[in-house]
Amino acid sequence: MSVRALERAKETLGDAVTGSHSYRGDETIVVDATRIVEVLSKLRSEVELDFLVDVTCTDYLGREPRFEMVYHLRSMAHGDRLRVKAPLEDPIDGTNPNIDTIVPLWVGANWLEREVYDLYGINFVGHPDLRRILMYEQFKGHPLRKDYPKEKRQPLVRREINEY
Amino acid sequence: MVNQKTMILGVKDLEDYVRDDEADELPTEPMTINMGPSHPATHGTVRIVLTIEGETVRNADVQVGYLHRCFEKEAEHATYTQVFPYTDRLNYVSPMLNNVGYALAVEKLLGIVEKVPERAQYIRVIVGEISRITDHLTCNAASAMELGAMTIFFWAIKAREWLWELLEELSGARLTHSYVRVGGVAYDLTPNFGEKLLALYPKIEQAIKDIEAELLENRIFRDRMDDVGTFTAEQALAYGWTGPTLRSTGVPYDVRKDHPYLVYDRFEWEVPIGEKGDNFVRFSVRMAEIRQSMKILQQALQQIPPGPVVIDDPRIILPPKKEVYNTIEGMISHFKIIVDGIKVPPGEVYSYTEGGNGELGFYIVSDGTGRPYKCRVRPPCFTIVQALSTMIKDRNLADIVPTFGMLNMIGGECDR
Repeated sequence: MSVRALERAKETLGDAVTGSHSYRGDETIVVDATRIVEVLSKLRSEVELDFLVDVTCTDYLGREPRFEMVYHLRSMAHGDRLRVKAPLEDPIDGTNPNIDTIVPLWVGANWLEREVYDLYGINFVGHPDLRRILMYEQFKGHPLRKDYPKEKRQPLVRREINEY
Repeated sequence: MVNQKTMILGVKDLEDYVRDDEADELPTEPMTINMGPSHPATHGTVRIVLTIEGETVRNADVQVGYLHRCFEKEAEHATYTQVFPYTDRLNYVSPMLNNVGYALAVEKLLGIVEKVPERAQYIRVIVGEISRITDHLTCNAASAMELGAMTIFFWAIKAREWLWELLEELSGARLTHSYVRVGGVAYDLTPNFGEKLLALYPKIEQAIKDIEAELLENRIFRDRMDDVGTFTAEQALAYGWTGPTLRSTGVPYDVRKDHPYLVYDRFEWEVPIGEKGDNFVRFSVRMAEIRQSMKILQQALQQIPPGPVVIDDPRIILPPKKEVYNTIEGMISHFKIIVDGIKVPPGEVYSYTEGGNGELGFYIVSDGTGRPYKCRVRPPCFTIVQALSTMIKDRNLADIVPTFGMLNMIGGECDR
C-alpha cells in the first residue's frame, strides 16, 4: 500500500472521499457508495491504480450503515496499492442494498461481484449476469451475512426422514 | 469432392484433399452439452455448459462452486490458530504457501511481521518454494497426461512425491501440513533436512530434463499447445490475472520481486516471463519457475541461520509443554490461547503473497477478539478461471482441455 496513492486519490476525488485512514501500512479511503463508478474510474485513469485486485464486502451487523463494499486496487506501473471502501445502508423493507456495478471498468469484476451478491446479497445495478456463483440456484439467503446461522443446513438433495 | 485418382497419391495431393474437405463442410446446428462436473479432465469439479456447432465452441458458461466448503464462514467461527487447517485445503497442491500467506496476514494485523525470528522466515521460504515446485509439477504433468502423455505424469508425480515425503517428515502430514504458526513455524527443520533436499536435486533435475525431452519437441504436444488459448497482457490484466498465467503474457509481476516479503530480497533469482501468452508459454513459464525455485532453495539452505523458530511472546505462542505440565502460569497461558485464541487488536489488513497460481491475498478484519470478524481469501485462480469462457470461445472443442489445464484451476482454492 502506499501513502502517495492515498494523497493523490484524495486530491483527485475531492468531496467524494468521506474519510481515510492508514493502518499497519494499508491505506484506505472511504467514499460515497452512490459515486463508486465515478470514483474508481478516476482512480484508474488519474491515479494509475489500474489493476483490480479484489472485490469483497463486510457485514457489520448492528452498526449503521450495515454493509461495506471493499475494493482493493494496485498500480501496475509503480506498485502502489489502495483500499477503497463504500458503506452501504441495509434497506428497511428487507430488500437487498444496491450499488452500481464496475464490470464496465474491469471485466474481471464480473465473478467477484457475483460472489458478493451470492454470499452477502448486494445487488449490483447494471451487472450483465447477476447469478449465484458458489452456492446453487435454489439456495435461500446469503450465507456470509452475520445473521445467517453457521449451523443452518439447506441440502439440495433431501431424503425422507425414515430413510436415515 | 475429390476425384478417385488423387486419393491414392502423395502428400501434396492429400493436402488438397484436406482443403477440399473443409470447403464442403456439412451444415450444423448448435447443440448444448455439459462438460463436467465430473469430467476426467477437470481438476476438481467444474461444469462447463457448452454450445457447440460441429466441433466449434460458440458459447461457454463456466460454473464453479462444486467444492465450496464455506471457508470464510468457518474461519469466522474459529480462533486464528484454528484457521490453519482450513488454509491447507485451499490450494491443496501447495498447502504450505497458503499457510505462510495466512500467517503473514495475522502477523501483519498483530504488527509482528518484522519480529518473527530469521530462522523461521527462512524455513517458511524453504517449505513455500518446495510447495511451489510440487504445484507447478502437478499442473504441467496433469496437462501433459490429458494430452495423452501418461508417462510424463508418472515421472512428475514421482518427483512430487519425493518432495512431499520430505514435507511429511517435517510436518507429520503428507498433504495437510498445518505446519506454519502465527509467529513462526511449529517445529524446527528435521536433522539433515537440507542434505536430504539437496540429495533430491539431481533426481528432480533429471525428471525435469526427461519431461522436457519428451514434450518440447513432441509434435502432438506442440500442436495442441502452441497458439491455443492465447491471451494478451491487456486482457489478462482486465481479468485480474496474476502469477504464472499473467507472466506468460509478458507482464513481469511477481509479488516476491515487486513487494518482497519474508527474506525473498536476499536471493538471486529471475522472474521468467513469456511473450505470446499461449498454453505452451504457460507450460514453459512454470517449468522455468521450478528451476528458479530450486535456485532459491539452494541459497536459502546456505544462508539459514541457527536460532529459535518462534517469536518470543507468551501472548502469541503456546508455552513449552514442560511449563504447561509443571507450572500454573504455563497451564493458564496454554488454556487461554487454546480456548480464547490469540488476541488480535481491532483493525483490518490486506496481506498478499505469491501463491502457486498468483497473488494469494488475505483480507482480515479483527474486532479485537480471538476470532477473525472476517477472513476473506483472494483466490488467484478464481479470477483466472473466469477468463476461460472467453478463451475457448470460437475454438475447437478439443482445445478446452489444454487451455483449462494450463490455467491450473484448483477447486479447493477457486471455490473455497
